[in-house]
Amino acid sequence: MAVFLGLPLAIYLVFVISPFVQAVYYSMTSWGGFDNNMPFVGLANYVKLFQDDIFMISVRNSVVLAVFLPVITVILSLILATLVTIGGSSRGQIKGMKGAGFYRVISFFPYVIPAVVIGIIWQQIFNPDNGLLNGILTGIGLNGFENYPWLGDARTAMVASMFVIVWGFVGFYMILFIAAIKGIPAETFEAARIDGAGRFRTAISITIPLIRDNIQTAYVYMGILALDAFVYMSVLNSTGGPENSTLVMSQKLFSTAFTKNQFGLACAMGVVLAAITLIFSALVFLVNRLTGGSKDVSE
Amino acid sequence: MLSLWALLVLIPLAWTLMSSFKKTSEIFASPFSLPAEWQVQNYVEAWQTAGIGKYFFNTVIVVGFALVIVMVLGAMCAYVLARYVFPGSRAIYILMLAGLTFPVFLAIVPLFFILKNIGLLNTLPGLIIVYVAFALPFTVFFLFSFFKALPSEIAEAAQIDGAGEWRTFFQVMLPMAKPGLASVAIFNFLGLWNQYLIPVAINTNRNNYVLSQGIAAYAGQMGYAVNFGALFAAAIIVVVPVLIMYILFQRQLQGSVSAGTMK
Repeated sequence: MAVFLGLPLAIYLVFVISPFVQAVYYSMTSWGGFDNNMPFVGLANYVKLFQDDIFMISVRNSVVLAVFLPVITVILSLILATLVTIGGSSRGQIKGMKGAGFYRVISFFPYVIPAVVIGIIWQQIFNPDNGLLNGILTGIGLNGFENYPWLGDARTAMVASMFVIVWGFVGFYMILFIAAIKGIPAETFEAARIDGAGRFRTAISITIPLIRDNIQTAYVYMGILALDAFVYMSVLNSTGGPENSTLVMSQKLFSTAFTKNQFGLACAMGVVLAAITLIFSALVFLVNRLTGGSKDVSE
Repeated sequence: MLSLWALLVLIPLAWTLMSSFKKTSEIFASPFSLPAEWQVQNYVEAWQTAGIGKYFFNTVIVVGFALVIVMVLGAMCAYVLARYVFPGSRAIYILMLAGLTFPVFLAIVPLFFILKNIGLLNTLPGLIIVYVAFALPFTVFFLFSFFKALPSEIAEAAQIDGAGEWRTFFQVMLPMAKPGLASVAIFNFLGLWNQYLIPVAINTNRNNYVLSQGIAAYAGQMGYAVNFGALFAAAIIVVVPVLIMYILFQRQLQGSVSAGTMK
């Protein structure tokens, strides 16, 4: 049994846990990288970070993503999941809309496409000169959008990028919610219907309260993902977008480490990112608990 | 609403497919028109000039090995944690949970130097072992509940019949966990096939690129002189294997989404 547990555990400790621990130490050095000179500087890196305007912009952008992406994704996927499961005719058996199976399969498509490719496809769709979006918009007579740079204009770059991430993940959460809704006994919905609840009312008063733990899980997952967002942001706008409007912490960390070789500083960014991630998860759990959700759904 | 979303999913993909057969000049002329001549050449160009063929091969090797190793190690680890209680077993479980919670970004700089020190930086074996390490916690968690649910009488019976621990595990317990193994394997396959950050950080030798970083590099150097049709073709080449996997295992995958996240 020792081998069974020992080997995987050793790999895990060396390549996952030890880097996490080391990163915390490195974050308190001014390590430049390719020598063994690692002067201990205490919290100086953190002070530096909080005085760095561009890093603070990246923090703001990441927080914006963590606030909006989960809300948008969860609401949209809840609506779609509801339609597929109980959105059908209000006579007869409780069922989904026509073609529910087809929609379920199609919606999950983007989730299996590599994130890099999603980024590239949408970068081309948003392309000012030959992109699909401007082609459609000018096609229906909105000539103002000819050559409009969706990702190159600080006003739209962030919204366009957020849309791409939502596009990639709605299908996943939709499937998650479909499974949860199917777990609710049909009698519950029938009872609500007999009491005269419409489809919208049923969704708000029956479905959502009954699957709130799933919603919380989805919310935390999506938030953690939003705080990363590295692939999407670096493919859509590798330099952080116009006026740093789409620069996120993960991108800033990566360039600080691997282009500027400021490893100590980069590790400090990693610690800040981890702290924000933990605070985010804690907040979601706290809000759910305070509003009457059950406890301990994380396991 | 549903059909609107379906269109929003399908139109970009259809457009990508169509553009992959066009000449760059045609793509610029009109986003909607069908290709005048179907440019199969784009696929050849993507496969050879852009190196997608080579990256494809690297990805198959790395993901293949990592997947097999992580499934075996993950199953062993989950089995022990689920079926034996010993001092520290709870601590190990919590340590695994930590690996799922912390962002990979926190680890990425030290990871770079760990691999550099053991001489595996920018090599495929280095990439494989890191993939295994980071896929391990998810695999263990998922399989933990699976082994926990298996009746312990069977393991006992096997042991009474004289099977050692290894035999009990590989010939009796592992086959019983097949449905769980399949779900995790599909999930890990998708996750590893799509992995981007780890290879970009620790695998910077162009010859060892995996698909995701190869295609990102190709897209990154897109200038006016480059063949956009080939970029679309490259995108299609990367998507097709996962789409085939998805269509084949669609039910199982969707089932495992719910099983994996609702424990």
